[in-house]
Amino acid sequence: MADPKFLKFDTLSLHAGQRPDPATGARAVPIYQTTSYVFRDTEHAAALFNLERAGHIYSRISNPTVAVLEERVAALEMGVGAVAAASGHAAMHLGIVTLMEQGAHIVASASLYGGSVNLLTHTLPRFGITTTFVKPRDLDGFRKAIRPETRLIHAEILGNPGLEVLDVPALAEIAHAAGLPLMVDSTFATPFLCRPVELGADIVIHSATKWLGGHGIALGGVMVDGGRFDWEASGKFPTLTEPYAGYHGIDFAEEFGPQALVMRARSEGLRDFGAAMSPANAFHILQGIETLPLRMARHMANTARILEFLGGHEAVAWVLHPDLPSHPDHALAKRLLPKGAGSIVSFGLEGGRAAGARFIEACRLASHLANVGDAKTLVLHPASTTHQQMTAAQLEEAGVGEDMVRLSVGLEDPSDIVEDLRQALRASQRS
Amino acid sequence: MEVTVDGRRVFAATGGRDFDPAPPAVVFIHGAGMDHTVWALQTRFFAYHGRGVLAVDLPGHGRSEGPALDSISGIADWLTRLTDAAGLPRAALAGHSMGALAALDCAGRHPERVRALALLGAAPRMPVHPDLLAAAEADDHLAFDLVTDWAHGDSGHLGGARAPGLWLMGGGERLLERAAPGVLYRDLAACNAYQDAPERAAAVTCPTLLVLGADDRMTPPRAGRKLAETVPGARVELIADSGHMLMTEKPDQTLDALKTIL
Ligand SMILES: Cc1ncc(COP(=O)(O)O)c(C=O)c1O
Repeated sequence: MADPKFLKFDTLSLHAGQRPDPATGARAVPIYQTTSYVFRDTEHAAALFNLERAGHIYSRISNPTVAVLEERVAALEMGVGAVAAASGHAAMHLGIVTLMEQGAHIVASASLYGGSVNLLTHTLPRFGITTTFVKPRDLDGFRKAIRPETRLIHAEILGNPGLEVLDVPALAEIAHAAGLPLMVDSTFATPFLCRPVELGADIVIHSATKWLGGHGIALGGVMVDGGRFDWEASGKFPTLTEPYAGYHGIDFAEEFGPQALVMRARSEGLRDFGAAMSPANAFHILQGIETLPLRMARHMANTARILEFLGGHEAVAWVLHPDLPSHPDHALAKRLLPKGAGSIVSFGLEGGRAAGARFIEACRLASHLANVGDAKTLVLHPASTTHQQMTAAQLEEAGVGEDMVRLSVGLEDPSDIVEDLRQALRASQRS
Repeated sequence: MEVTVDGRRVFAATGGRDFDPAPPAVVFIHGAGMDHTVWALQTRFFAYHGRGVLAVDLPGHGRSEGPALDSISGIADWLTRLTDAAGLPRAALAGHSMGALAALDCAGRHPERVRALALLGAAPRMPVHPDLLAAAEADDHLAFDLVTDWAHGDSGHLGGARAPGLWLMGGGERLLERAAPGVLYRDLAACNAYQDAPERAAAVTCPTLLVLGADDRMTPPRAGRKLAETVPGARVELIADSGHMLMTEKPDQTLDALKTIL
């Protein structure tokens, strides 16, 4: 039987989107640190501006280094194309504003990264786009929250802070039955652990700042177009199915078929909102992606070690991770994230808020900061930092107990991470 | 734009401008299981440079009503009825793969209707691998995978798309997935059965250009050159580092080649 010979994931992580530079022979992806590109002649210039020919014009819209990153992430996510943006937030914004206008409504998971909640709750309503939040396990709640003016369902693959596993196939079915696309923020999974497009999602966004880049050195975001949503059949997306006066009357769905969304996101979203990624950041993130499969495998192996250690420690009141049988979504995690449910671990300390603060201050190897997905182990005690103004009751409502510590498990030798946690746990119990 | 052929609705993209039958026209004909969008990076240019453009969705494909036609000569005859419906006594035909066979058949049997001929990814015979045919007949996703694999050269498999940020393998596969059940099979079976290319080629009277991908595994350039030898006066443009999907893998070179004939 003939079988397709596609390049495999690890190979695509190294190669997708790039061939040795034709101008210089450079094997690594060159940093094209340029704002603009010389036209061959006036006809060529006119053709580029009219989308008669493809190519680079100005780095706010596209750049050769950034384009390699875009293509690589699209390849790893099995999409039809991608647009990189200045940050994960910029990518999320790009997805939303490409699809809808004032008066539109979003149904989103309530368990989102705090910054995304801010964008949806406080900022987008000023521009006429409102959101209803639904607990991520409440599939029926999503269905019921959909209104005639709803244009998007949005959720994270692993919720914050409960690490709820998103039932992508079920939610995709609900979205599609209502003629709506599903956008999944897959930052915590990366395409190594899960490919939402394969599971039915239509748009995937990443904060590439996190595991994709993987070294805590560059901000960036990517929006991947899965290419399966039929904008024309839905009839709810005039930005993609009607002539766009801002670009020579182009009807993106008619002109580009499955690539309509990504084409509009670039030619309008990047052009007009301008949240482009710098070529240097694209280069740094690409270096990270080259080793994504190796790093993610190690992140997961280390996470398994840490889970085992924490589970047996008397100063630890509880441990939350979908790979643990005690997690409510354990079975779903096994199905959708068979290589592991990410390297974020939450746990509770005996002794509450004060013990949490003592624990953080005692960590020597794990770095106390507000980020995740670094090569180095990171640790945060929300109750004494990001959420410090909240009362115990408010924290409970937000799903962030006073005693909760969040760990982003890094790539150090796992026994060193364990030793650091052990001594910090000991310190946390001295009052 | 929409026209009616045989009482059925037919969609043709016009390159971003209203279609005007007065200037010389070009009809673009896609390959098996695809639609007009494969020509996105060629058609706008012609529409904005003095040509009337019709990038058709063949019956049962894209936005055109079905059913799909089931033979190459059937598509060729349909093309004459399409150009009738669009008010075109003559047109240049640019066909890709199955579309190239149909364009050739049309030019061979209706030479008075064809001003010029561009055959992309063409060969005298297009035998289809029996496993592919079987998968297509069963509407098995494997058929889309096999076509996507075999139709792309390194510039698809490794990437480096001319259009920034597009992953051609994904785009190609999603386009095939959009085809209605049975359509890819009908198309492939029509290609597989077609034996008339040499005879039609000999009867072509208009200027003809074959555009061939140097790394094309579906219609290898060797086969394409054989076909070219049988068309009186035909030229060959070989495009380096391209597989079968010339229009998306090497959009600029393909456009430059087409500019010399259309
Ligand atoms: C899940 C998730 N999505 C989006 C973002 C925002 O990304 P960025 O900080 O790159 O804008 C973050 C940042 O922490 C995140 O964790």
